[in-house]
Amino acid sequence: MAGSVRVMVVRAAGINCDEETMYAWRLAGARSELVHLNQLAENPKMLDDHQIVTFPGGFAYGDDIAAGVIFGQRVADDLSEPLRALVDRGGSLLGICNGFQVLVKAGLLPGGVFGRDAVTVTFNDSAKFEARWVRMSVATDRCIFLHQGDTIAMPVEHAEGKVIVRDDETLERLKSAGMIAVRYVDEGGRTDTYPANPNGSVDGIAGLCDETGRVLGLMPHPDRHFQRTHHPLWTAGAISQSPDGLTMFKRAVAHYC
Amino acid sequence: MQETQPSCSTYYQVQVSSRSPELDGSGRDVLAEVRQLPISDVEAVHTSKLYFFRGVLSAEAVQTLAALLLCDPVAEVSTFAAGLTYREDARAAVEVHAKPGVMDPVALSTRQAAMRVLRERFPEARIDEVRTARRYVIVGASSAGDLERIAKQVLANSCIQHAFITGFGRNDELPATFVEPPELPFELRRVKLVDLSDAELEKLSREAHLFLSLKEMQAIRDHFADLDRDPTDLELETLAQTWSEHCVHKTLKSEVEYRGDDFGKPGTTTRHYGNLLKDTIAYATRTLDKDWCLSVFEDNAGVIAFDEEYGLAFKVETHNHPSAIEPYGGAATGIGGCIRDIMGCGLGAKPIASTDIFCFAPPDFDRMHLPKDVLHPRRVMKGVVRGVRDYGNRMGIPTVNGAIYFDERYLGNPLVFCGCAGLIPRNRIAKKAQVGDRIVVAGGRTGRDGIHGATFSSAELTDSHADEFSHAVQIGNAIEEKKLLDAQLIARDHETGCLYSAVTDCGAGGLSSAVGEMGASTGANVDLDSVPLKYAGLRYDEIWISEAQERMVFAVPPENLETFLAIFTAEEVEATVIGTFADDKMLTVRYRRETVGMLDMDFLHEGYPRQRRLANWTQKVKKPAPGGLESPGLLTDRLLLELGEYNTASKEWVIRQYDHEVQGRSVIKPLSGPNAGPSDAAVLRPVYDRVGGVVLGCGLCPEFTRFDPYWMAVFAVDEALRNVICVGGDPKRTAILDNFCWGKTDKPEAMGELVRAAQGAADAAIAFGLPFISGKDSLNNEFALDEDEAKRLGVPARIAIPGTLLISAMSIMEDVEKSVSMDLKSAGNALVVGSSPVDRVGLEAACSLHAQVAELIVAGKVKAAHDISDGGLAVAVAEMCIASGLGASLDVDGVNWDDSLFENLPTSYILEMAESDARRAGLPIVGWVEDSGRLVVKIRGRESINASTARLDEAWRTPLAFEGGR
Repeated sequence: MAGSVRVMVVRAAGINCDEETMYAWRLAGARSELVHLNQLAENPKMLDDHQIVTFPGGFAYGDDIAAGVIFGQRVADDLSEPLRALVDRGGSLLGICNGFQVLVKAGLLPGGVFGRDAVTVTFNDSAKFEARWVRMSVATDRCIFLHQGDTIAMPVEHAEGKVIVRDDETLERLKSAGMIAVRYVDEGGRTDTYPANPNGSVDGIAGLCDETGRVLGLMPHPDRHFQRTHHPLWTAGAISQSPDGLTMFKRAVAHYC
Repeated sequence: MQETQPSCSTYYQVQVSSRSPELDGSGRDVLAEVRQLPISDVEAVHTSKLYFFRGVLSAEAVQTLAALLLCDPVAEVSTFAAGLTYREDARAAVEVHAKPGVMDPVALSTRQAAMRVLRERFPEARIDEVRTARRYVIVGASSAGDLERIAKQVLANSCIQHAFITGFGRNDELPATFVEPPELPFELRRVKLVDLSDAELEKLSREAHLFLSLKEMQAIRDHFADLDRDPTDLELETLAQTWSEHCVHKTLKSEVEYRGDDFGKPGTTTRHYGNLLKDTIAYATRTLDKDWCLSVFEDNAGVIAFDEEYGLAFKVETHNHPSAIEPYGGAATGIGGCIRDIMGCGLGAKPIASTDIFCFAPPDFDRMHLPKDVLHPRRVMKGVVRGVRDYGNRMGIPTVNGAIYFDERYLGNPLVFCGCAGLIPRNRIAKKAQVGDRIVVAGGRTGRDGIHGATFSSAELTDSHADEFSHAVQIGNAIEEKKLLDAQLIARDHETGCLYSAVTDCGAGGLSSAVGEMGASTGANVDLDSVPLKYAGLRYDEIWISEAQERMVFAVPPENLETFLAIFTAEEVEATVIGTFADDKMLTVRYRRETVGMLDMDFLHEGYPRQRRLANWTQKVKKPAPGGLESPGLLTDRLLLELGEYNTASKEWVIRQYDHEVQGRSVIKPLSGPNAGPSDAAVLRPVYDRVGGVVLGCGLCPEFTRFDPYWMAVFAVDEALRNVICVGGDPKRTAILDNFCWGKTDKPEAMGELVRAAQGAADAAIAFGLPFISGKDSLNNEFALDEDEAKRLGVPARIAIPGTLLISAMSIMEDVEKSVSMDLKSAGNALVVGSSPVDRVGLEAACSLHAQVAELIVAGKVKAAHDISDGGLAVAVAEMCIASGLGASLDVDGVNWDDSLFENLPTSYILEMAESDARRAGLPIVGWVEDSGRLVVKIRGRESINASTARLDEAWRTPLAFEGGR
């Protein structure tokens, strides 16, 4: 049953979306628990009774040096083995915004055969922080958080969200492996127009999943679209009663029920 | 290179650059600003980051750091070298280093992360210190002079940074070692005071930057004469800080004799105020006596009830003087300080929203007329926006509401208002330090930064202030404050109850003010040796008055100390006991076993002589009579011009750089509709699973001060109220805040302006039922130029800001689902005007219109609402069209409308309603929503405005749409 799905939300200095992420998971029916990175690094066994680990948004360690780097290196050094073990036994990881940057910089995304030098998340083409709502099209058929073909709406709020890859071959391999999870799209379905693609991401990549479909990272914030009144056009009516962010959390909970 | 592990300290550097120019957005940003100067022959700017390490390190260790931490393997490339001065690229460049002692958050984080990375890989390695710098290779510059201009006007601010220039024969020598801040030996200093003459007292006040009046200096002299000793420098500094305009608001609290024009009616009058603030602003609150006001004027912020369980705190601060000198650091620490006011309200509120309101000179101000050492307004604006962005976003507090007002008189004194609202459990509002509680300082370390901020705010700025007061400027470290907040809330909500009995922020005046305030009714003993310092060598008085950021002071009962400190340690926040609250009503400060200060708390807080001021005011410039409705004819160009005015034009470039949705509470965002129209106010849902909402809005109209500050203040209150009503706020549950920013008020005429504004604000507050719950003022916002320079530029030698009153409003709404946004909703609906300009109909009639509109909105009868302000009815409707992409037709014939279409009208709304609801409400229908994508306005049957919404959109959106984020 839903209430038995246990989610860990990992916070650290500068993480600031933990409260809404915790609440969104609870709203989706999971039991969520907030854990400090230091606590978890000291006792990775805490992962054993959780199905899902979430790295929420924020500015971990100020995003000093570059977004997600300090947190990511810490995860790579202290937690990558236990986290991989969690995924291997069927668990999943979700990185939102700063959490996505952390997963990429820790080498957990795209993961598998891709090394840390295959993909990164870097400064927006506009060279500044931008807040705006985006439309995304779900490109993958294997992610437990998503349903292929859906078009979903969420806000992006970041300065470093541009996904780039080492070379064209890497991009082709990501595509064919179904690891491009979500793409920014404009009304006409194009992925390369600004501001529909808010940061200049290659191929419109808004989020990536690993080959199992159980590790997902994305720049847009499902944790800011768990209520109808979050949608910027809700006052104009005709907004779905099931907010797209909440649906993502619910899909993952359903996967474990 | 492959030497064995060195045993003594060495220097290393790592330089990181983008792998390709397309990835160097920061370089493109700098280039855009260089072109503005204008220096047009520069073709490109390439940026790189420099990391400098001092410690016991090997080349391999540094390479490991570069590979794992400093350089992104996909986006960047790096080089590394021993020493600090090697540079691979010999092209013309500017390199920017922070001056010694200036906060460098990146360096702090890098050191911690680097030590962690090296711990297991290189166990012998040690990192003593990290510093960072930025290098800008300027491609296509044509002289060293160009490089210098670029360094000075774009890249570096000399009050906190050093620029090193190389190229065209210039070759600044890079530092080969870290330069340390100067170390000062301990020596207890007494200030000769008791025997001084009046003239000598005035000289001392001026030269020691005390900014105390002669009367105040005399009071201090007499006090110490009674004690039969001279004060120590620390005692004198403490009194100057505590008695500063910034801390006690002595001008607004002075006794005033007013003589001049009557208030809001013809004729003249005289009026006596025993205490101006008490008899106006506070009087309004007392008269209204609302039971939902939970804490007013006595804490760091005002608090009103949200529901049975929670209160909402709200505070707005200014940080004008620091922002004039260093816009980025000034604005960032401004928002940081206001957030700490919320953290220091009661036992601590959780910040849930920020607001920011700025006043600047226009960003296209002619560079040829810029006085020496005044930063160009474009640079000020961009720096301030970046500062608010970087601090607010990192704190995870959404910036949800604001305004920007442009006027050339803000050239030397930009105004930066930072607001913050917080959610507080109602049982965490009361606080009081108890005798025996430990004094704990927590957060960032104390350094020489921000010395004299409180007294600095009493000074007028001059062209030499950038040097003289650069120590008052500081750079914030948001993550330090975020950790402090996390730790504080854990201690506040501990299962055994709150672990401390009082808390306050360490803001203006530093420890001297924080401890002095908290211990006012008890007494306090402080041991300055215990205060953790950023670097050695601070003098005791510097430790005591430093305004180093990100610090809070807690009163912790001894029995809770261990648990309290353990929480802070777990959150990686330094917390240190520096003394004890005593029962002797004395403030006793010790250092190196000597008493360096001992002040009577009563004298400290109540000993300052009250001022008695004369105030006169006679109207000199009459507000022009309403122009009346335009004659039929071509007005489309006029509308396009009005939309492009800086005060009206879209602020999207600013707003989108702020995270306005973090925490997931947003209901009405700062931008409305599919095309990002300007929302009137913001709505948030403070508690996720409850339907109640909080509305934040503001009113600001300094353009009316020159006619009559009384009406200016009434209009500001009226505008703040309209804004919150437009989105669904309840006027019966709305509280307001006042922020007065004025020039010098030493002349009776200037004081008269302040009196009229205070009286206007109070009269409007009482009439509309809006209690003030908190306020703040910033005076002396004047800029003095050198006489010769003023002549050369053809400008007055003294530039005073227009008297500016910001009214911020916080309103409670029963149900956020009743919120309304300003974008038009559907074709066929009627456009309805509600207009009862308060200066024509009086306060009471205006109040009933506010109430009527609020009721219609809550009843769900209003589809879109917008206030009629800058640019009048025409601009208001145009903005509603732009926001939605829809069109509208207006025809004011047959309705009782005889105002100019472009008149900024107080107490006026434009509402979109179903026709039947509009007729039932009895408000005049002036037009219709259409899906034509055009705005068409007829005057007496003749089409006078006809423009596509797309054209209006372009005129409105482009003036302030800057490139990049620098």
